[in-house]
Amino acid sequence: MASYLRPTALSEALAELARRPCVLLAGGTDFYPARGRLTRDEDVLDITALAELRAIRITPEEIWIPALATWREIAEAPLPPACAGLQQAARAIGGEPVQNAATLIGNLCNASPAADGVPNGLALDAAVELASQAGRRRLALADFILGNRRTARAPDELVLGLSIPLSPLPARGVFEKLGARAYLVISIVMVAVVARFLPDGRIAEARAAVGACGDRARRLPALEAALAGNRPDPALVASTHLAVLDPIDDVRASAAYRRIAALALLRRAVAALAPDRERPAA
Amino acid sequence: MRHPVSSAAPIPLAFALNGAPVTLQAPPLMRLADLLRERLRLTGTKIGCDAGDCGACTVLLDGRQVSACLVPAAQVAGRRVETVEGLAQAGGLSALQAAFLRHGAAQCGICTPGMLMAAEDLRRRNQAPDEQAVRDALGGVLCRCTGYRKIIEAVLDVASSPRAPEPEAQGAVGARVAKVDGIAKLLGKEAFGADLVPEGCLSLRAIRSPHAHARFRLGDFSALRAAYPGLLRILTAADIPGRNLFGIYPTGKDQPVLAAGYVRYRGEAVLALLGDAATLAAIPEADIPILWEELPPVTFAEAARPSAVRLHADAPGNVLCRGRVVSGDAAAGLAAGAVRAEISVETGFVEHAYIEPEAGFARRIGDRVEIFACTQTPYMDRDELAGILGLAPAQVRIIPSAVGGGFGGKLDLSLQPLIATAAWLTGQPVRMVYTRSESMASTTKRHPARITAEAAADGEGRLTALRFHGDFNTGAYASWGPTVAGRVPVHAMGPYRVPNVAATSTALYTTDPPAGAFRGFGVPQAALATEALMDMLAARLGQDALEFRLANALRPGDRTATGQLLGAGAALVACLEALRPRWRALRAEAAAFNAAAPGALRRGVGIACMWYGIGNTGMSNPSEMVIGVTGEGRVILYSGAVDIGQGSNTIMLQIAAQALGLPMGALDLVAGDTDRTRDAGKTSASRQTFVSGNAARLAALSLREAILRLANAAPGAAPGAALSLHGGKIMVAHDGIETVLDPAAMAPDAAGLVLRGEGRYDPPTTALDDDGQGIPYAAFAFAAQIATVEVDLALGTTRVLGIVAAHEVGRAINPTLVEGQIHGGIAQGLGLALMEEYIPGRTENLHDYLIPTIGDVPPIEIFLIEEADPLGPFGAKGVGEPALIATAPAIFNAIADATGVRPTRAPCTPDRLRALLEKAR
Ligand SMILES: Cc1cc2nc3c(=O)[nH]c(=O)nc-3n(C[C@@H](O)[C@@H](O)[C@H](O)COP(=O)(O)OP(=O)(O)OC[C@H]3O[C@@H](n4cnc5c(N)ncnc54)[C@H](O)[C@@H]3O)c2cc1C
Ligand code: FES
Ligand code: FES
Repeated sequence: MASYLRPTALSEALAELARRPCVLLAGGTDFYPARGRLTRDEDVLDITALAELRAIRITPEEIWIPALATWREIAEAPLPPACAGLQQAARAIGGEPVQNAATLIGNLCNASPAADGVPNGLALDAAVELASQAGRRRLALADFILGNRRTARAPDELVLGLSIPLSPLPARGVFEKLGARAYLVISIVMVAVVARFLPDGRIAEARAAVGACGDRARRLPALEAALAGNRPDPALVASTHLAVLDPIDDVRASAAYRRIAALALLRRAVAALAPDRERPAA
Repeated sequence: MRHPVSSAAPIPLAFALNGAPVTLQAPPLMRLADLLRERLRLTGTKIGCDAGDCGACTVLLDGRQVSACLVPAAQVAGRRVETVEGLAQAGGLSALQAAFLRHGAAQCGICTPGMLMAAEDLRRRNQAPDEQAVRDALGGVLCRCTGYRKIIEAVLDVASSPRAPEPEAQGAVGARVAKVDGIAKLLGKEAFGADLVPEGCLSLRAIRSPHAHARFRLGDFSALRAAYPGLLRILTAADIPGRNLFGIYPTGKDQPVLAAGYVRYRGEAVLALLGDAATLAAIPEADIPILWEELPPVTFAEAARPSAVRLHADAPGNVLCRGRVVSGDAAAGLAAGAVRAEISVETGFVEHAYIEPEAGFARRIGDRVEIFACTQTPYMDRDELAGILGLAPAQVRIIPSAVGGGFGGKLDLSLQPLIATAAWLTGQPVRMVYTRSESMASTTKRHPARITAEAAADGEGRLTALRFHGDFNTGAYASWGPTVAGRVPVHAMGPYRVPNVAATSTALYTTDPPAGAFRGFGVPQAALATEALMDMLAARLGQDALEFRLANALRPGDRTATGQLLGAGAALVACLEALRPRWRALRAEAAAFNAAAPGALRRGVGIACMWYGIGNTGMSNPSEMVIGVTGEGRVILYSGAVDIGQGSNTIMLQIAAQALGLPMGALDLVAGDTDRTRDAGKTSASRQTFVSGNAARLAALSLREAILRLANAAPGAAPGAALSLHGGKIMVAHDGIETVLDPAAMAPDAAGLVLRGEGRYDPPTTALDDDGQGIPYAAFAFAAQIATVEVDLALGTTRVLGIVAAHEVGRAINPTLVEGQIHGGIAQGLGLALMEEYIPGRTENLHDYLIPTIGDVPPIEIFLIEEADPLGPFGAKGVGEPALIATAPAIFNAIADATGVRPTRAPCTPDRLRALLEKAR
């Protein structure tokens, strides 16, 4: 018999998950479309009354995005420039009605290959924190997302939030989304790049990730290596850096096109890393 | 909540709704949209997709816009919910709603509540938004009718003081009067198909084929019935009381209501389940015992091959029909040309994507059935349903609901045969609301086309010949295929003087969804080829693309390729001349932009022309209207013309008021009820203003005559006589004498009218002969549009920066409505050009099938050319379809101008354009 529970304390939620696997429900923006008009025989655990999973926390070392933070809240939060790409993504998810309800954590847990949250999380070197009655653990996002709609979450676990580490070095994040229309559009390809800068303007360390080019978003280690030690310059981006991608043909675009677009977007993203006054053309 | 509850059982909920506290019981996972509509009967919040994709259900939750279809009821506990019903102030329109009314920002009105709520969210946070802020705030709400421009204007204009209301002019024609049904739409009070639910209504769920082509057997249903006691009845093909076939043309009745063992497309209905809504929603598709035997599909590529399976016994070669227009000697004309060009063009299925999925209910009343549902053609529905039910037409009554967008897609029967059959058999009212994917999978589409064409011109740039052939994928059933096949060859040469023409078309059956009527009936596809040829010829001659078209434009006194002599009103020349300064300026701006080495961006400017015959092709298509005076002195126009958002309710009243000589406000309207109105024909082919408008004018003139006769006005006094209404009496003033007529003292007829006027109009046309010679239409509309685009060469993306449109409309009965049609048509043309492609099984929802959003439609400049048509009512002709036709070709020509490569496949998606660019390198 289908059941529904909306606990107000995390302990109650974890106790329920320990008893039986449940479908977790947050903003519902993936939950409902997947169900259409038909009802399902399933046990739903609605986490939206868990007040302890609401507030975004910003410290010098870490940004904490809890499970119930909506895209809108992320867009409006006073986050540092490292998160600028994530915030751009927040404003480009669907339209405002979706942004006001949908959560970043739901986006990660849903693990769509086209989830805009994932490449940003990868580029930010973020980790999810999971909790069960047995305790808590942190998992790098890259280890959390296993494939198309597959994550490393155990059936009795709940994702509490996402931890974004900050470095003392100044950092900038960029997100480039390609869709076939202006709003309400799932990405054909998207790229996220976050770089930490040395005082002389050279990149100390960069992370770049590409989404919608395979069963999950991927980091591009070769590109990251090429960027390190250099000023942001689109010419540093080579097509060979994209070898780890594995795009497919679908209704949105061909695989071949996705490779071309990913390359072009990466070049633009790298160009956009530079401060405005010395931005090279991509 | 400490312990899990059954998700089917209602839980107590308390929240604030539009400022007032509400407590009720609802299942926790019930969508807020359903809670509002079904439980609280607040049907102002609309449902277009149930998936967050359309925004029709947008409401405010704690002051922020959300999609009510994605919010579980349990999550609104203790929160503030605001809906369109809460916007109105003191019963009147809020400033925002008033701005929407003023600007004509609501056409069909189905998106309007969502738009208003999104705009309200913005307005509360930002009193002086710019256009970008409006786009961002409204970006989550789709509109298929308006092209968004008037919505943007309205939101930007909330603060401005309302324009003085139009004076109650005697002559309403030409005035920008607000739509007569506008206020109801803005208040969320208009009743669309899903908004009325009679007491004791059963629900109906159709089970549809998951295969494009298959045979099937029905298994044993006893387990299903036992598992779901709420499943009351299962209808199969055997239950159809009359003829289990329907279609548009007498010879094209080939589509079953419920398939009998054999399906020809994915989405075809095979069963109808009857019961309560909750039971029906709980039945998984997999539990339904249907044994499928899949057959190989018959694709558009293969349908004409000799080896292809024949889908309909009477259609050898899978040919539904052919069309042909031949004049002069095309081969000789092509050979004689100094320059020649040829092109092949392909287009895909395009979905109407009206925001209102098909919905309605039927009920049996004695030995009659009443159907309340969305439709564009109540009288054809009535006659067709009579055949399906085995009844006389008089036993069927169609009461059209407000229609949340049609564009041709609601010209075919959809849910009506199912609900009518179920209501007839059970005696209970039966309701059905299509899901978005059901609507997309099962209803008609724009015909995919495969066109090859060539044309030639002489050394001075005069067209010498055009040869054209188009294959059209008509899908599984005939629907409006013959209309497309017939209309295309007539229009294939474009609005140009071409002495030698050979234009042919073939409509082919396949195992795709039925292609039917969609704004333009094949002409938009044909124009992609013709208008490309015009650009190519001009380029080869070294001539300007506008001047080349101007030199070849059809003019009054010319003969068309069907031999028809064009009269006054063939004003393409005026359209092109109006555009010329803008054309030159835009070309220069684009050239300057490109010269400044803008990285990967290139701009281009393209032009395209179009012409479009108003009404049916070479066939009678009459309309009848009645206008009368009741004993209480009310004047009522009985109009069978269905307003699908384009505004015919308003237009008919404007025309009737003008002809009668009373202010428009004095007229009431009874619209589109087959028991109360006469057959005005269908709302299609851009015919209502021209054809029904003439009928309304004639009816009103005849009523005026009747009134004047009673007032003993000399016949010669008629034009000068002034009519007015006061306290239920009619005053007639002429030659300084005022006569008072008292309707209360007159004997009413059976319809309760004491005075009446009737009007009938059938446009004078002749049937086309085997060479397509004859007079297919009584009037043609002409237009030319310019598109400016910006192409990103690296990504292959195209952004349309602006459209300039010159439309020759005869007379703009209501310029606001005409502009609204043009904006909406342009938005659909833009979608056709750049993003829309329906692929069965793959784009059956509004997030994979993309239509333009508020951020995709650029500013649109309009030149209305008014050269009175000799036959049109006050000179007017239609604009609904003409609005769309030139847009996609203009965009394609602009892309070619920007990039040097010519798109030949619609939509020109980023990956396709990038591949073309790659190839050209
Ligand atoms: C119209 C529309 C447009 C969209 N556009 C975009 C877009 O442009 N880009 C994009 O990336 N996405 C887009 N999305 C999807 C996006 O809204 C979701 O991915 C959203 O972020 C998911 O969050 P939610 O809170 O709504 O999750 P829900 O739908 O409530 O849940 C999503 C999934 O995550 C699980 N889950 C949720 N929270 C937790 C948790 N704390 N622990 C464990 N599991 C959990 C749920 O069980 C479910 O499987 C769009 C959706 C819609 C409807
Ligand atoms: S019905 Fe909710 S977004 Fe379409
Ligand atoms: S008016 Fe917007 S969808 Fe019809």
